[in-house]
Amino acid sequence: MEDIKPEETKVEEQKDEENKVCPEKLEEAKLKAKYPLLGNKPGGSDLLRKRLQKGPKYFDSGDYNMAKAKIKNKQLPAAQTEKTEITGDHIPTPQDLPQRKPSLVASKLAG
Amino acid sequence: MAGAGGGGNDVQWCFSQVKGAIDDDVAEADIISTVEFNHSGELLATGDKGGRVVIFQQEIENKSQQQCRSEYNVYSTFQSHEPEFDYLKSLEIEEKINKIRWLPQKNAAQFLLSTNDKTIKLWKISERDKRPEGYNLKEEDGRYRDAATITTLQVPVFRPMDLMVEASPRRVFANGHTYHINSISVNSDNETYLSADDLRINMWHLEITDRSFNIVDIKPANMEELTEVITAAEFHPHQCNTFVYSSSKGTIRLCDMRASALCDKHSKLFEEPEDPSNRSFFSEIISSISDVKFSHNGRYMMTRDYLSVKIWDLNMENRPVETYQVHEYLRSKLCSLYENDCIFDKFECCWNGNDSVVMTGSYNNFFRMLDRSQRRDVTLEASRESCKPRQVLKPRRVCAGGKRKKDEISVDSLDFNKKILHTAWHPQENIIAVATTNNLYIFQEKVN
Repeated sequence: MEDIKPEETKVEEQKDEENKVCPEKLEEAKLKAKYPLLGNKPGGSDLLRKRLQKGPKYFDSGDYNMAKAKIKNKQLPAAQTEKTEITGDHIPTPQDLPQRKPSLVASKLAG
Repeated sequence: MAGAGGGGNDVQWCFSQVKGAIDDDVAEADIISTVEFNHSGELLATGDKGGRVVIFQQEIENKSQQQCRSEYNVYSTFQSHEPEFDYLKSLEIEEKINKIRWLPQKNAAQFLLSTNDKTIKLWKISERDKRPEGYNLKEEDGRYRDAATITTLQVPVFRPMDLMVEASPRRVFANGHTYHINSISVNSDNETYLSADDLRINMWHLEITDRSFNIVDIKPANMEELTEVITAAEFHPHQCNTFVYSSSKGTIRLCDMRASALCDKHSKLFEEPEDPSNRSFFSEIISSISDVKFSHNGRYMMTRDYLSVKIWDLNMENRPVETYQVHEYLRSKLCSLYENDCIFDKFECCWNGNDSVVMTGSYNNFFRMLDRSQRRDVTLEASRESCKPRQVLKPRRVCAGGKRKKDEISVDSLDFNKKILHTAWHPQENIIAVATTNNLYIFQEKVN
């Protein structure tokens, strides 16, 4: 064990020199220090496959629609009250009903 | 009319307009995802994450003057794509507009292709400035008349009305892609276009929606062997048989469709040899090409990877003819940029009208103008603080290390949430459109 120490310091010195020239390697060392389990193939299958399937996976369309409804509810509580006023009292005409997707707002770039 | 579209650093850029909300709380739908001028530069289209397209039209102040100001005002806006659910994979299909490409104008109407991850649509934008009046069988509001009340006959006539711009979807090119579409490109033959996803490229005819030809397929038989994906593709501006596609490994392949029906074998492979001693964990990730664009003259192509812009001569495959550092100071920040995912940001790039200057975005709402002819570069900022009419943009400098000079900003102070991924240059004039997260800035050459 004691024999290895002087060699170790030599290797470290070499690395330091390299790192002075190459900031990338310094950054790599930082990353490996934080995540020691990180594999050596960054561009490999795992990363690419994650890229090929982007976005959360839903259990089924019901799950998806519930998730969407939750977001809509958060954004536009006003639209919901409209609905409760219209239906139940009288037969609605097409003009009375709110648009199918009340959350489709015009782009602010056009404003 | 303002100059030939040349000049990077003799040109002084000044603020012209900014579109979008001022508030800092950005709704996700408002995030701009693509910007594109049409072939004449008269129209400027933007797409956003909410699936909407907004088209601005150039209005010139004083046409008689040699150099004059112009303004872009809203011309049309419509919902291009809506969110969908892929039942087979239980995944959402985002409505975000990935790309817009204009078709060259053939008649009074304008046409553009817009695409999200899965579906490409051809939109027709037409003007209506007169309407027929004086129908015999209908009232003015459209209700049908009681036939018994009609006693006379009149000839309907066209009367002028307030200009109405209508957008209608003319074709929907669906179900052509299993993976996410990253590029579309209209062919110079004006009849076909290509669409590229992570693993495949298809060629479509603009009139035919139920069929497309697969021209590139890099999907391995065993997905475990996947090593690279397609990141961008474009048709050559003049040669209708030629197209290029870039990869996540930093290579560009040029393909000739005359060689075979399936262009899996490239005609040319553009790759810069890497210095193996410099290789690190990040090398492949930062070499991934996020955008490829042919020059207008068709002799060069430009690629954008994470830290640089490279200009390639189509006749030389073994290395680029020019390399420009966009933000080299980020090389010593790669660890944190990997952790916050910024290292995967896809920056685009564009040429000016005469191919003498190229432009690309960076962080902190900075963008870079790289003058090829004069070998100079400048960093400018799209900011609400430089929004006085015709205010000249001041060059920005980033201090990479050591003592920070006055007016410089240090790397650690850069806002990595303010990224300029999408920029566009007017095809003839020195007018540029720069998209920050949710605002569109228009800058023009300083006019005396």
